[in-house]
Order: sequence, then C-alpha cells, then structure tokens
Amino acid sequence: MGLNLDTLGGHGPATELNRMEPRPDEPWVTTKLDFLVNWGRANSLWPMPFGTACCAIEMMASFASKFDLARFGMERMAFSPRQSDMLICAGRVPFKLAPVLRRIWQQMPQPKWAISMGACASTGGMFDNYAVVQGIDTIIPVDVYVPGCPPRPEGLIYGIMMLQKKVMNERRATRGIRDEMTPDPSSKLYIPASRIDALSEPFGNSVHQTRSAP
Amino acid sequence: MSQKRTLEVELSTTGLGPDGRPRRVPLVVGGDAGGLALASPPADGPDLEGEHMLINIGPQHPATHGVLRLVLELDGETVVRCIPHIGYLHCGFEKIGEYRQYNQIIPWTDREDYLNSIGNNIAFALGAERLFGIEITERCKVLRVIGAELSRIASHLVWLGTTCIDIGAFTPFLWSFQERENIYNLLEAWVGARMTTSATRVGGMAADIPDKWVEGLVGFIRTFPKTIDECDRVLTKNGIWVGRTAGLGVMTPDEAINWSLSGPMLRASGVAYDVRRDFPYLDYETYDFDVPVGTAGDVYDRYLVRMEEMRQSVRILDQAVKRLPDGPVNVDDPRVILPPKSKATSEMESMIHHFKNVMEGPRPPVGECYVAVESPKGEKGYYMVSDGTSKPSRWRIRPPSFLNLAAIPRMVEGHLLSDVIAINASIDIVMGEIDR
Amino acid sequence: MRAPFTIVFPGADASVAPATPRNVPVSGGPASPTAEATRAQFQGAVVRVTVSRGETALVVDRARLHDIIQWLHDDPAQSYEYLSDLTAVEHRDTARPIEVVWHLRSLRFRRFLRVKVEIPNGAPLEVASVWDIYKGVDWLERECYDMFGIHFSGHPDLRRILLWEQYKEGFPLRKDFPLRGRFSRSEQLKNALAANPEARYSMEELSIANAYSELPAEMRQRLAKGEKTGE
Repeated sequence: MGLNLDTLGGHGPATELNRMEPRPDEPWVTTKLDFLVNWGRANSLWPMPFGTACCAIEMMASFASKFDLARFGMERMAFSPRQSDMLICAGRVPFKLAPVLRRIWQQMPQPKWAISMGACASTGGMFDNYAVVQGIDTIIPVDVYVPGCPPRPEGLIYGIMMLQKKVMNERRATRGIRDEMTPDPSSKLYIPASRIDALSEPFGNSVHQTRSAP
Repeated sequence: MSQKRTLEVELSTTGLGPDGRPRRVPLVVGGDAGGLALASPPADGPDLEGEHMLINIGPQHPATHGVLRLVLELDGETVVRCIPHIGYLHCGFEKIGEYRQYNQIIPWTDREDYLNSIGNNIAFALGAERLFGIEITERCKVLRVIGAELSRIASHLVWLGTTCIDIGAFTPFLWSFQERENIYNLLEAWVGARMTTSATRVGGMAADIPDKWVEGLVGFIRTFPKTIDECDRVLTKNGIWVGRTAGLGVMTPDEAINWSLSGPMLRASGVAYDVRRDFPYLDYETYDFDVPVGTAGDVYDRYLVRMEEMRQSVRILDQAVKRLPDGPVNVDDPRVILPPKSKATSEMESMIHHFKNVMEGPRPPVGECYVAVESPKGEKGYYMVSDGTSKPSRWRIRPPSFLNLAAIPRMVEGHLLSDVIAINASIDIVMGEIDR
Repeated sequence: MRAPFTIVFPGADASVAPATPRNVPVSGGPASPTAEATRAQFQGAVVRVTVSRGETALVVDRARLHDIIQWLHDDPAQSYEYLSDLTAVEHRDTARPIEVVWHLRSLRFRRFLRVKVEIPNGAPLEVASVWDIYKGVDWLERECYDMFGIHFSGHPDLRRILLWEQYKEGFPLRKDFPLRGRFSRSEQLKNALAANPEARYSMEELSIANAYSELPAEMRQRLAKGEKTGE
C-alpha cells in the first residue's frame, strides 16, 4: 500500500527509498493523515476495564459470548493501564478509591480516553452520602458518559461507538488536545474546588429527607 | 498490647512438619520484652536471614474480583503472611438505610451483593415482614423461591466463569455467561430489569409473573443441566484443574465454624449447615433437596459443592413450578401495599391509602429482628431495629463474603503465590457486599 | 493425603424439626431456655431478657460479657459455637444507650440468641473483645470500631477497616454524623486524593502482626533503630 506523504513536506532528494511516484504495478491510496491515524485508533481501542461494582458484571457480559465486544476492535483486554487506550470506569467510586483511579489514569499513555459507565460513576447516582465521589469527572477527564443503573451491554457498546466517532473527528492540528492535564500541586484537583462543590450540590429530595417521617 | 497470651504461628521458613503443613511454633505476646517472642526457639532454628519480600495485589487487579487489595509477604514464592485491605468499595449502605423508608431500601439491597439481587430483595422483604408482623401469601412464597434459586444459579455461574478465567480455562466463562443471559431474559420479562431487580415489596412482590413466563422457566430447567454437565466434563476430571485446586486453602470443620464461615465455604469443610434447611424460611423444609458437603475443605471441594448446588437449585425450581398456586401475590393489607393505580385515581379511600403509603410510609411496631437467608455466598442476614417510625433506626447487613474473606490470611499462608489467586477465587467474594 | 473430615451435622441434639416460623408475635412469647440457664449461672449479670419477633435477647452486664459468651460457647448444654454477627446500634433518641449486639447460633441445638451490652451515655465506648473465642469476629470488631468508634479491649489489631487510616471526619454510623459527611465535597476529595495509593503496611505495623520474630534479622535491626519504611 503506498501512501501520499505530500502533507509532511521537507523530504530530501528523491531516492529509491523516499520516491513519491508509485510504480504502476503497486496498489496505493491517498488520504489525510488525521483520517488514517484516527481510523487506526478508533478501531483498535484497547480497553482498560476499571470495574468496581454492578456495572462491572454488565461490562463482563458485553465482553462475553452474546454481545462480544471483540467485534468492535476490542479483542485485547488490557488489564495493565500502561498498555491501554481507553479507561472504562464501571461502577461506583468511593473516596478511598479516588487516588487509585487517578493513579491509573496517570499511568495510561497518550492518546487515552475515558468512559464513565453507569449512574454512580457519572454522578454518584443513588449514593449521595459521605463515602462516594459525586462523579468521576471530578478526578479524571471523561469523554463519554453511559447512563443506566447499570447500563445494558447495548448501552456500553453504544457509548463505545460514540467514542469511536469522537476519535474519528479528532484533529491533530488542534493544540493541546493530547496534552496531559496536570492537577493543582497543592490540592491535587483538576477543576476549582468551588466548581466541585457546585456540581455536587444535593438535588431533588435525595438528602433532604429526614431520618424519620414527622 | 497489654495482656500476655500465647499464640501459635506457622513458620514456613522452618520447612514442613510431619503433617505436610508448615511447622507450628508457640509465640508469647506481651511478655517481659513487651513485644512478641518465640516461646522456645525451634531446635533447628528458623532461617531468619532469608530475604522476605512484600508484594501488593490490587486494588485494581483482574484476579481480585473487584477492588480487593492483598499485601503478601513472600519467602521465595511461599506466602508467609497475607494482609488483606478492604473498603475500596465502601458506599455507606447502612447509613443511607436510616434515611429511607422500608420499601425505599429495596433498591439498595440490589446493589449490595449485585450477583444475587433477587435473593437480597427477598431477604430484606422477609426481615421487614417479620418486623411488621405480616404473613405473605402462598403464591408469593413460591415466586420468591423461584427468584431466589434463579439468582443462586446466576451467582454461581459468575463464580464458575471468573474462577475458570483465573485458573486458566476460558471456555466455561463463555458457556456460563450464555446461561446467565437466559436467566436475565427471564428476570427481564418478570420485573423489567436484568440485574438490579428490586423485585419484592414489603408484603409481596413488585409484579406477578407475566403470562407464559412459566413455559420459559420450564425450558430453562430442561436445558440448563446440559450446560452444567458440559462444564463438569471439561473440568472435574481435568488434570490441570485438579492440580490447581486440590489441597489448597484447607479449613477444618472446627476452624470453619470458629471463623464463622458460611455457605459453600463452610459446607466444603464438612459442616452441613444450610440456612434453608436448618433455619428454614419460605417453606423450604417442604422442598426436597440435598445439601452437598465436602470432606477435604479445599478449593476443589468448594468447586464440587457449588456445582452440585446449581443442580439442586434446578431440582427446587422444578418442584416450585409444579406447586405454583393461583391466588393473590400481595397481602390484603392497605397499610403496607399500594392500591392499584386505577383505584387510587378513582376511589377516595384508596387514594388516601396511596398517599399515606407514599408520603409517610408504613410504620412497623417498635422492636428488632434478624432474618437470615442462604445466599449463594452463605448466611445473609438483615438486622433491623425499628423505633416505630417509617424508617429503620438501624439497618445492618450481615455480609457472608466479608466473614469468608476474613479467613484468607489463614488459608493462604504456606501456599505459593499462584495458589493465592485460586484460593481467593474459591471464596466467591463480591466487594459490593464486603465493603457495603 | 489427609483423611477426609468427619461431617458435622447441625441439629444433632435439636428436639424439634426445623420449620418456617409462622405468625411470629411482634413482641413477647416464650424466651429461649438459654436465658434462664444464663440467669442461673451468672447471678445478677443478666440485666433483662426481651423477646422481639420470637428472638430472645439477653442484655448483660458489660463487665461480665466475656465470661458469659465464653460460657455460652463452651457449655455443652448451650453450645453456641457459631457467631453469626456482631454490630452496634445507636438509637435516634440519643439519650438511650448505645448497644453492642452479638448474634450467636448453636448449630447443635439449632438455636439463635442475641446478646447485648448497653454502653450508657458518657461512659467510655469500650467492651471486651471475644476474639479469643471466635476468630471470625476479628473483622467484625474492626468494622464496629470503624463505624461507631467502639473499642474492643483485647483485640490484637484494632484499626479502621472500611475507611482509610487518616480518615478525619469521624465515625459514620453515629447519629451525629451527617449523611453527606462533615466536610464539603471538594474538601473530601482533597483529603482522599492526598492519600498515597501505594502506601503499604509499614514495618512498624508488621511488627504488631503476629510474626515479628520471623522478620529477617536485618529488618528487625532497622526497626529497632526506629527506621520508618511506610511510604
């Protein structure tokens, strides 16, 4: 397969090795570098399953026989963060687990994406109490949120397909898109503390219920 | 450490004793030196100069079945000591229970041992009914037995699949998850959810089974034993499987009782204690089923016990389907059961009951009760204390896998590092239940 | 190959066949025979006996709790060899004492018993550990300490178990603890992220575990010099 490398520019004199013109008997294709790279990335995402609770069982179901996530280029489960592209955070994340999740995210090499699977990972869900992080987007940047408690395997697969679309639309020219986010050194937070408090305000009647009906 | 007492520790560094286990030597705690000391140094002397190594497994590790963390001290490849760290999934269930009405707690019971959702719903409903003093209907009892046994099979199938992956066999994982999908389809047709069912209510069920549902269940009862037989053929006499499981993590009957193990862990150690038979509920004493018991207390026996339990569950399901009576599912008590929506919008009295039930919630009399059921992991208990208001003043979960896991330091010491994975898998832990 | 275990059958000395309890009275009813036997054995140590939903609860004197449980475990006529659960209860009416509750089972007689100790207001939250009788109570006592702050004297290693060592907010299941915790969400997250996920058991902690003498000589020397290894 030949490749049109016009966009790169700056190659030296035309030798046998870096000649531009394909021979007539060689098949070749011309494309945008962005498209080629994104196509490769989107269709061979290596997931890092960070399964904690109920959602992890539905995640296992999507890897198993009936749903078979391998059809989407995810044949290889990377249980090591250093060899993976996509973090699937499935299940609730208590505060005790927060530094672990942060560390795993930092261990993953760029390019990397994160899927927050289920209501608890996305917002804290039904656990609006002292122990549970109210949405993992306060710890790591999240690309796709999959709602549900737990989401069905179809839901997870749809979320992954949305992520593939997002990967396909990435532009390498966009500055900083693949830069590592650095947390504030003193507080270790990515986003301002006031914003976290505002985001995780109690809603509905989740905590305004008294212990005992009057 | 204030008082002085004598312990026994196993010194794996001194080699194996005559019984094939690491040698045991007495230790004095809190003696003159204030710390710990060997009561009498072994004659040949342990090799104290050897380099010990600490390694850390988890909290994110595919073989820990969740977010368990084990710190292991190794001598070569032999585990000298194992220190489990739990709590990475502590979500404050019991605290939340104090802020919710009894029927509102049921969705939380789904998510605590999430492999056995219906079983937990049933256990909680039984506890609440005992607290309220309600007797449920006959049809409801049989439906609950069907739900409990289906979820027992589903839970054991996850155990089978994940344990096989841990030990190196991939195929049974695919087979067991295929069967789980069949169970999920049944549950979905019944209560509308695959995993988090919230199937029960205080005094009855959320829904009766739909038409033709029983036919689906009968089909499952007919086909499921074939899958079990197939797994049986692949594993039970497989040399690699036996080699990786036999003789590991032995607990004697006395030890198992003293460590408060329950469920298949206890029965594999030769104690025939099954809550369904010894402290029955839901009329389990009228069903004909066997309680499988192991005689070696190792990982292989736990495997055999769980495989047989799935077959016995099929037997119970078969009997339950045959005796399923007609009649109402919910008790006829407007204090706890919501009236049908059509009545609530058309009749004054029903509307009042509906309003009172939703806004205030049913109120049990003052008192407390502890109701235990046999979950796939063991004795699952709910302890509820009522102060006469619509919310429990204490809701306590007795988690079987918490107590089963507490014995892991005892079970893995003296074994190889790779056997830790097999022993840990054999406990069948669910971190959601352990950490709550 | 070891010899197969002799199988233990529960209910070997039970008088009645097990059956699903029906129409259990909300309160009152016959108390377990154990209650009377305990009263006779320990004069004045049983504060009161209550029966709720058919389950007998013995409220006993805090000072004699360990002896009573030891006797219930050892006495062949009681034989409560299985500890089902240990927990604590704080009532909404905080004037009422905090209760520590043991759930015991006799597999032999198929009996169930609840033993309670009341810790009056203002008294130190401390009861005797029964770890030397039931090994399985180890983690339950640690959990009870973690959630309520109750000390179990005689427990070999009483530390937090579900929350982490440096948890600053207190004991979550106490009634004065708010549902969402004492700190703001950002403060909680900051505290959590400050924890080192790789912190292991340090050597100091290892020394309190039960095999200090097994440590390599070099490690013991470093410990004696006060060297700290916890990361």
